[in-house]
Amino acid sequence: MKLQQLSVFLENRPGTLIEPCRVLAQAGINLVTLSLADTEKFGILRVIVEDWKAAADLLKSRGFVVKTTEVLAIEVPDRPGGLAGVLETLGKAGVNVEYMYAFPIPRAGRAVLVFRLDRPDEAVAVLQKNEINVVGPVELFRRHKAKGD
Amino acid sequence: MANTATAFHPDSALDYLPLEKLRELQLQRLRAMVSRAYERVPLFRQRMKKRNLTPEALQSLEDLAKLPFTEKNDLRETYPFGLFASPLREIVRFHASSGTTGKPIVVAYTKEDVQDWALAMKRSLLACGAHAGDIIQNAYGYGLFTGGLGFHYGAEALGASVIPISGGNTERQIMILRDFGVTVISCTPSYFVHLIERAGELGVDLRKLPLRAGIFGAEPWTEGMRRHIEEAAGIRAYDVYGLSEIAGPGVAMECVHQTGPHIFEDMFYPEIIDPKSGEPLPPGEEGELVLTTLCKRAMPMIRYRTRDITALSESPCPCGRTLRRIQRIGRRADDMLIIRGVNVFPSQIEAALLSVEGVLPHYQIILERRRGLDELEIQVEVPSELFSDTVGALEQLRARLGHAVETVVGLRAKITLVEPQTLQRSQGKAKRVIDKRKL
Repeated sequence: MKLQQLSVFLENRPGTLIEPCRVLAQAGINLVTLSLADTEKFGILRVIVEDWKAAADLLKSRGFVVKTTEVLAIEVPDRPGGLAGVLETLGKAGVNVEYMYAFPIPRAGRAVLVFRLDRPDEAVAVLQKNEINVVGPVELFRRHKAKGD
Repeated sequence: MANTATAFHPDSALDYLPLEKLRELQLQRLRAMVSRAYERVPLFRQRMKKRNLTPEALQSLEDLAKLPFTEKNDLRETYPFGLFASPLREIVRFHASSGTTGKPIVVAYTKEDVQDWALAMKRSLLACGAHAGDIIQNAYGYGLFTGGLGFHYGAEALGASVIPISGGNTERQIMILRDFGVTVISCTPSYFVHLIERAGELGVDLRKLPLRAGIFGAEPWTEGMRRHIEEAAGIRAYDVYGLSEIAGPGVAMECVHQTGPHIFEDMFYPEIIDPKSGEPLPPGEEGELVLTTLCKRAMPMIRYRTRDITALSESPCPCGRTLRRIQRIGRRADDMLIIRGVNVFPSQIEAALLSVEGVLPHYQIILERRRGLDELEIQVEVPSELFSDTVGALEQLRARLGHAVETVVGLRAKITLVEPQTLQRSQGKAKRVIDKRKL
């Protein structure tokens, strides 16, 4: 159910973002989605790719500092209040959201958002109980290849 | 002006001893001191015995070269009180300075030692023309550092009016400088450069103030910096030399001719050695300064290797003093850094970084001087063990590293996290320090 996300440490200076992207591109690895957290001093690039193990090894071999984090891809109704509803469910169960970002997979009426949560296993249980769909990696990448329904 | 032909101060008498008398006095004091140290300091006695020497071996000043050296490491290894020659109840003062690891170097003084030190400092002040009518602003740090209290006691002994303002709060320093009619200031040269800048910003023209002299030391500074200070502030700038292990400030001081500090060698006997071989060098040659205390009771220092590189001049000075001068100290024979007047060893910084997570990242120390103030930056390559996915955790790591360095070194450090493989690596010893300051 959980997705493996790669995080890469980047200094905040021109050209650092393009480096890991280029490395992955040259190896034919497609970025499914990504997010960039930034501070004045440095940034953290968060990336979802299908073959995350190969991507992590490749980046490490090129000298990048890489960490793997478990995240959840949660289906959120694509209408006003859709996200608020999911957040309420999580909040009631005492699960905290560390950060989140979107997946560009169109499916009628459904958006997919990537969440890093402090207690992912509990979150999966709570969400499923509330009939909120958590999209596992296999399904997710299938959708990505198919590019929608 | 004090100490001219018509205004001689009796406390400066020993500055002008005829050479023959000076050498006699030095030998006499040396023999008494070595006997006492031999009796009371185990480390020294052991080392003498190892060389089959007793205090009787000292028949001339040249014989001093037979005696063993003392190094900063000896003070570290006998921390805190292992080199004392007087019982604790006779110690009235402690001071400390940086060692190569986390533990400080401890020095101690009996009542007589404090008085002797104050007298050396008084003679220093007299040498550069200060007198009882001066108002002295002492901006050296007060506390364990010898600069603050060392200067203070000397200036008070002189009879001057002393403002024990210590370091920091530059705006207030400038206000007092102006409002109290200060005539002499003492602080690190880089701090004074900073003060000049700040005064400019505040619209205070230092040249119009009664301030006429500055006594600068605790860190190396160039003739260029001296000229800048003298011009920008309208004062005469004098170089003072000292180190805690020997006493504090007042070991040597420039006279009004400003051609290098005169060593008060009736109290602190100088030698110059080759730092690699340890052999004494011929007069006038540049090498490592070695000092032997001739009067100190609590912690006599015999042939202490200062790691400062300089030369001893035998030529006479126009001031008439027979005390030899050392040339301006520009560099050291070890890797010690002086940042805002504070001694810092790269190994201390390394130990601090290691202490945070038990992992030693690749690091580089970058030193810059902006507007007179030294800035310490430590660039740290983020190792994968310490890399965290959240910004908060990385910021916390940065803060912990900074706090560890600050605790050990006593100075605020800026920590910059950098990507791996970005810091220089070289064959053998990595270049740990990049000093961009033009000293």
